[in-house]
Amino acid sequence: MNFIIQFVNSLTSGGGGYQLLNHIINGISLGSVYAIIALGYTMVYGIAKMLNFAHGDVIMVGAYVCFYAFNAMKLPEPLAMCAPLLAVCAAVVVCTLLGVGIEKLAYKPLRAAPSLAVLITAIGVSYFLQNAALLLWSSSPKVFPSFFVIRTTDADGESVVLRSVQLGAVSISYVTIVTIVSCVVIMLWLTWFTGRTKMGKAMRACSEDKAAAQLMGIDVNATISLTFAIGSGLAAIAGALLCSAYPNLVPTTGSMPGIKAFTAAVFGGIGSIPGAFLGGLLLGVLEIFAKAYISVQLSDAVVFAVLIVVLLVKPTGLLGRAIREKV
Amino acid sequence: MKNRGFSPFRFLTYLLVIGAYAALQVLQARSELSATMRGMLVPICAYVVMAVSLNLTVGVLGELSLGHAGFMSVGAFLGTSTAIALQDRIPVAGVRLAVALVVAAIFAAVAGFLIGIPVLRLNGDYLAIVTLAFGEIIKAIFNNLYLGVDAKGVHVSLLEDATNTAETGRLIIQGPMGIGGIQKISTFTAGFVLIMISLIVIFNLVNSRAGRAIMAIRDNPIAAQSVGVNVVKYKMMAFVVSAALAGSAGALFAMNYSTVVANKFDFNTSILILVFVVLGGLGNMFGSIVAAAVLTILPEALRPIAEYRMLLYAVLLILMMLIANHPFVRGLFNRFKRTGQIQLEAGADETEGEVA
Repeated sequence: MNFIIQFVNSLTSGGGGYQLLNHIINGISLGSVYAIIALGYTMVYGIAKMLNFAHGDVIMVGAYVCFYAFNAMKLPEPLAMCAPLLAVCAAVVVCTLLGVGIEKLAYKPLRAAPSLAVLITAIGVSYFLQNAALLLWSSSPKVFPSFFVIRTTDADGESVVLRSVQLGAVSISYVTIVTIVSCVVIMLWLTWFTGRTKMGKAMRACSEDKAAAQLMGIDVNATISLTFAIGSGLAAIAGALLCSAYPNLVPTTGSMPGIKAFTAAVFGGIGSIPGAFLGGLLLGVLEIFAKAYISVQLSDAVVFAVLIVVLLVKPTGLLGRAIREKV
Repeated sequence: MKNRGFSPFRFLTYLLVIGAYAALQVLQARSELSATMRGMLVPICAYVVMAVSLNLTVGVLGELSLGHAGFMSVGAFLGTSTAIALQDRIPVAGVRLAVALVVAAIFAAVAGFLIGIPVLRLNGDYLAIVTLAFGEIIKAIFNNLYLGVDAKGVHVSLLEDATNTAETGRLIIQGPMGIGGIQKISTFTAGFVLIMISLIVIFNLVNSRAGRAIMAIRDNPIAAQSVGVNVVKYKMMAFVVSAALAGSAGALFAMNYSTVVANKFDFNTSILILVFVVLGGLGNMFGSIVAAAVLTILPEALRPIAEYRMLLYAVLLILMMLIANHPFVRGLFNRFKRTGQIQLEAGADETEGEVA
């Protein structure tokens, strides 16, 4: 442990270095949230070949469910530590059901329809979720509770709330740590799932060639439902993490992160799981850097400008596969 | 191959627009229009022009654009600024409006050209995401742009007001505050004229040699290239014309209100216009006009049910897409088409899958 602190100290001995490291950590934290959302986008795109614009709003629903579940829970003292975890689990369950339901009702009947029709339907679903949230939970912002804190007592016996851990001159909040760790865990789990399990392999087969997959005995509809379930479950986790870091919850909370994560997915090469991870992280770091060193108001413009440049140099994204058109 | 955009209903489309204009003028003269309806005439015209111009990109050229509101924004801000700057030089409101619309179209066309250079190198979803990115960039820029006009000329600055506009001059664009104190010189007649001009431009383009080249690119870019069609040139032509028309529509829209802010022209506006185009049918200008008019009025017409209206709007949107793409309904449409009597849905044919 000591050498880490020394290393951090050496990095942060200058004021600029300390700032830089802080920005990098914040960027990775924000980028992890984008990455989790982008994973959902990219998996759905890979298998259903559709841009699921309602994905951002599933994040918002997840955050609201988490918020209400956490507030409704009155657990006795020793179990209180588990409350955030249970709230997130509730959000994951609700969003998974929601995602599968949306797929069954709105997208499945359009399997054979032109992709623009599916796109418009996804936009309709997005409007629906936003307005339903507006009716259910009103437009007044909810302040998301601070989940990831450690409550303890100090030397004088007074209770204190710890929000961050001190590493040399850098303080890292628990939210940041939890966000980064969950992103890495999710990424590793997804890599294992799609690479090693039968269902994951079925998923990859479907995204490669649906007709051939069906001939091999794979239930294509069930596989697509599963993809939506996983994507929406991830969106719920992303919603809880996003709102823990930026605790202002309104019915449109999900739309901008949704668009950003969508660009992150394209940035990394849409359809590619490591691509979404890399794209999300880079986009987050880029955004924080643009905010810190260029301008807060123009940060979005800078992020999108970089995206355009990347796509011009590598038209299929960072890790996307180039598909050669046959004549 | 079906000639989408090569509509035999061209004259029907002109007739619809002229008829609707005449009918609304009569109603207005007999003061049978409600105040809300009267207030919506110009926005409807602007959205109709937006829809037909986007249809040129999405339906005729076959490239999905998610940043069409960006061009509307360019036109709205620079056209309105022109009108304000010329307020004393050109006292006649109609002439000033016309000049502003032309200037807006020119600026939007330039923006379209500059954006087209990188955008048109890409394909499909990647092109769509880059247009989305440009839309967001334009929004961010106008949110932070300051533009002042005085005796010495035009002053521009970004992020903060460093224009040093003289006291006698006027700071027109004020960053996130947008433009305030706009004279409302847009009229329904001007909107009607703009729609007619857009239709004439688009129909003549589509039915020309260039238009056939554009549609050939949509149907198969490689085949088009192999028979000597300059893909980049014709893609650019369609994209720039589409941008220019959107610019005028933006200026018309902005000068119907007393203030205009950049956040009005965001991703949601681009999507709204795309909804008009897809519901109206790709390449079907008639459909775009009807869809734009109906869907602009719909949320207002649903006002009696107040807070549920947007929810109902969303449900209607989903249901419309589900019904229009139901195998039974599509079969019905195709049968009508085969007998050649009624062409209901130009967007429902087989080549459409290539669009997005």
